Amino acid sequence: MADRMADPLLVVDRVTRRFGGLLAVNSASLSAQKERITALIGPNGAGKTTLFSMISGFLKPSAGDIRYAGEVITGEPPHRLARRGIARTFQIVQPFGGLTVLENILVGAHLHHRGRAEALATAEEVCRYVGLHDQLDRQADTLTVAGRKRLELARALAIEPKLLLLDEVLAGLNPSEIRDIVPVIRGLCGRGITIVMIEHVMQAVMSLAEHVFVLAEGKVIAEGAPAQVAADPVVIEAYLGHGAAAKLRASHAH
Amino acid sequence: MRGFIPIVVVVAVLASVPLVIHSNVTLNFLVVALMIALAGQGWNILGGYAGQYSFGHAAFFGTGAYVTAILQVRYGVNAWIGFGAGIVCGAALGGVIGALTFRSGLRGSYFALVTLAFAEVLRIIASVAPITGAGVGTLIHLDLGARAFQFQSRAVFYWIILGLVTLSLVVARLIKQSRFGAWLIAVRENEDAAKALGVDTSSVKTTAMIISGAMTAAAGCFYAQYFLFVDSGIAYGTWISIEALLTPIIGGVGTVFGPLLGALAVRLLGEGAKLVTGDVPGLDLILYGAVLVLVIWFTPRGLIGGCAQVRGWFARRGRPAVPFINEAGHG
Repeated sequence: MADRMADPLLVVDRVTRRFGGLLAVNSASLSAQKERITALIGPNGAGKTTLFSMISGFLKPSAGDIRYAGEVITGEPPHRLARRGIARTFQIVQPFGGLTVLENILVGAHLHHRGRAEALATAEEVCRYVGLHDQLDRQADTLTVAGRKRLELARALAIEPKLLLLDEVLAGLNPSEIRDIVPVIRGLCGRGITIVMIEHVMQAVMSLAEHVFVLAEGKVIAEGAPAQVAADPVVIEAYLGHGAAAKLRASHAH
Repeated sequence: MRGFIPIVVVVAVLASVPLVIHSNVTLNFLVVALMIALAGQGWNILGGYAGQYSFGHAAFFGTGAYVTAILQVRYGVNAWIGFGAGIVCGAALGGVIGALTFRSGLRGSYFALVTLAFAEVLRIIASVAPITGAGVGTLIHLDLGARAFQFQSRAVFYWIILGLVTLSLVVARLIKQSRFGAWLIAVRENEDAAKALGVDTSSVKTTAMIISGAMTAAAGCFYAQYFLFVDSGIAYGTWISIEALLTPIIGGVGTVFGPLLGALAVRLLGEGAKLVTGDVPGLDLILYGAVLVLVIWFTPRGLIGGCAQVRGWFARRGRPAVPFINEAGHG
């Protein structure tokens, strides 16, 4: 445990965000180890997406610090963080609707490749990796939900990130689509990418993440290995419910 | 380089027009249409590519026109240098307005209103400031000769404005296939997604506005040299703001040839409406407006988009019948 904590790529240090009278994130701290998958779970309205928006620069924290690769990045604008290597996907997918799949991904690929030819090569490679290569010329608007989620992931990968923030990329997918995409996400760690994911699909969290943080009402109420978190009575109280915890324990016993 | 062949063909055809047609009326018509096309291409870079709809491109047109005229008349500057200075000032104004509006995060209708306000403020200032000749306007002295950028022949003016339009087409084409162009279009489609992909949206938009301002200002500079007269209602009037946005919208927003096609169509329509309605005042404008409504109704993506629609329709009719399930798969 100790050696893993030694080298975090991302550290969120007692970050707070207020919206008027509402305390959306309340002194939350978490960290993500290099080339591993860290999950952020919690009930609806816990502040997970707000926390992501602060890490990716779309919102400024009211208090606290965010450190990335040893540097304080609190309050830097999103485009600069993207250049540093932080990519995010959106919970509500945000495709460039009027453009084709390839053109969508090309925008991201251009970040580190000025020339059209190199950018196209990167974009096509990313397309192949996420399994969109047979839909390159399709207009983004016409993709299925699963296709849009893949596109969201592909675009983020096209900027060649070091840290990837995935905001519910599995939500809205059916079990077979989830089975298809889980290995794609797992494979990214092998390519040197650190992942922090917000996810409601617990089976996927259990199978993908090595470390889980639980956010409830803006506070981190628990953290640890997935099985450990799932068994934590505080988490069960706040989020999972007794039935789900028992089921998970049963499935892990097998 | 294959992408530039259409530009070469279109420009070659247009360049040969004065060799065939010697009518001053026709040439005058084409000169004005090309000038509007240039102003419209400026609007198109910002509005069509980057999706920032300006209602005040008169600000750039007027600045180009006034700078060209005032430098010559009041400071004795050479007309060609004045022309260049007008373009530079248009670009600078684009940078200033862009920085002010985009840094403060204005989008959509707020951006449109602020650009309109800039143009109106400039119009009012120009109508009272002594340097612009206030209400009287500025008259450039007749001094025929290439040195003074004044020509007896309409054909020479025609080729000059065609040269400028050609340049604008090449710039539009280059932008379209560059990284900058991809970023502009990304901003148009979804600004937040663009930011997440590392696009500095406000600087990209400001750069677009600088290029846009330079192009529309060039049209204004040309106006001053062609008509040798500028006043506040012409230079900063809403007419040119409307022409500049109407031509790309009619022709095809965000396309390279949209503004040129739109300018020719809109100008033809205007003249045609006058011919049809004769002397009844205002009736031509009603006809003009009605046809515009119909064009936008039937081809929301402009004439170029409409052509693509018709082509697709014919292509589909030509193909053998496909099983229903395949069609549904494409939906």
